[in-house]
Amino acid sequence: MTPGLAFFYGGMVRAKNVLGMLMQNFFSMGLVSVLWALVAFGLAFGKDHGGLIGGFDIVGLKGMFNGKVPALETLTVPALAFCAFQLMFAIITPALITGATADRMKFSGWAVFLGLWSLLVYAPIAHWVFSPAGWLFKRGALDFAGGTVVHINAGIAALAVILVLGKRRGWPNEAMPPHNLPWTLLGAGILWFGWFGFNAGSALGANSLAAQAFMNTHLAAAAAMCGWLIVERVKDGHATTLGGASGLVAGLVAITPCAGFVGGVAPLIIGAAAGAICFLAIQLKFRFGYDDSLDVVAVHLIGGIVGSLLLGFFADNGINPAGADGVFLGGGSSLLLKQLLAVGSTLTYSFIVSWILAKGIDMTIGLRCSETDELQGLDLSQHAESGYSFGELGSMGRIA
Amino acid sequence: MKLVTAIIKPFKLDDVKDALSDVAIAGMTVSEVRGFGRQRGHTEVYRGAEYKVDFVPKVRIEVITDDAAAVRVAEAIVDAARTGQIGDGKVWVSPLEGVTRIRTGEMGDDAI
Repeated sequence: MTPGLAFFYGGMVRAKNVLGMLMQNFFSMGLVSVLWALVAFGLAFGKDHGGLIGGFDIVGLKGMFNGKVPALETLTVPALAFCAFQLMFAIITPALITGATADRMKFSGWAVFLGLWSLLVYAPIAHWVFSPAGWLFKRGALDFAGGTVVHINAGIAALAVILVLGKRRGWPNEAMPPHNLPWTLLGAGILWFGWFGFNAGSALGANSLAAQAFMNTHLAAAAAMCGWLIVERVKDGHATTLGGASGLVAGLVAITPCAGFVGGVAPLIIGAAAGAICFLAIQLKFRFGYDDSLDVVAVHLIGGIVGSLLLGFFADNGINPAGADGVFLGGGSSLLLKQLLAVGSTLTYSFIVSWILAKGIDMTIGLRCSETDELQGLDLSQHAESGYSFGELGSMGRIA
Repeated sequence: MKLVTAIIKPFKLDDVKDALSDVAIAGMTVSEVRGFGRQRGHTEVYRGAEYKVDFVPKVRIEVITDDAAAVRVAEAIVDAARTGQIGDGKVWVSPLEGVTRIRTGEMGDDAI
């Protein structure tokens, strides 16, 4: 998933920033994996402390071979399989933020933010929602594969960070078009494929629930692509490739919390709604003047909210006995209110802590690169490399 | 000696090359360039944000000929590159003071 995200984003930035974008994403696979094994998995799924956070009882994956995940005594897959599976969520969630902060973040600032955010924001929220001991889980809020934990969490954190970071120089008047839309489509395709693992895998077994989640995931992406393209064609005159890729991702985001709790044509409705709404939500950044470079707020925050709340309407207890019935299946507004609570608490906690982290880093080691570095591009200024070198007129001699 | 320079639509390059082969030119140089004339640029839309692209892609062709062939070469290019739409490009002929073939050192008409 994360390499797919890297190319989805990488194609959308200007050529001088392509490596910077790929690197911020790939580095999440490095740092977050290390932290996960050391402490983060325990903070998310270790012994519960007040429903708010796990503990340090499984530091360094102690006792995980043939052991039990403290928070999930009834787990039917090996503890380490669950640990590795959940790690992929932990990696991609902070990586989603890089789309909003594109083209202007210092690599060192990102590295520190990434580590701290994984421990202080991701791990607690994963505990609240995914761990049976978590306070939102116990209240009955539903999130099959990360609508709140992954998408709303990353989306609102992205907004907090760009409010600290400020706009790219020249935005919104200067043109900053994608440099390689084929990369973006390739990345979207990898994301689409990887998402089957996320959502169907969240059934934690090869069973009919996994098949339902698989189908729901695919149908929502398909309907969202159609929804986005129809609105785009009517409003702007063309159905674009970037619109198709963005639409399908919006559908995948929205179906994530719902994947194992809905059935029938619900994924088509949820997907189409997400495609149309997320397309319209892109205008928010121009209206309110925040530079969400690659529309993380519009696609992940808004898409995540659409999915998490629509689940309150479409949830079907017949699909998953661990779920509930939503408004349209005679369950009343009980589930919808729980979903609102989960959305609201994720928004509040993630925004506040992410903003404090970003501000703290900005005031100490610095979060944003210098004007010269930004104009030169992240590839050269942050990594001393060029994304594309065709060996034409450039003269390159080895120094040492 | 003359230098015939043409700016044409990129997709017309093959037609122009074939036409020039028919009038027996000795060689040609092509390059990808950008610019605008009366056609001006075009607009592109990314997620609802519209951009104006001022310079559109064109192909520049350069052919060196002797004085007698210059008009024939220019006419061949004009005939082959015309679509009748705006943005077909231009052809111009300029005088050359000297030409040298690097390998042999031949100069003037012998170097063409």
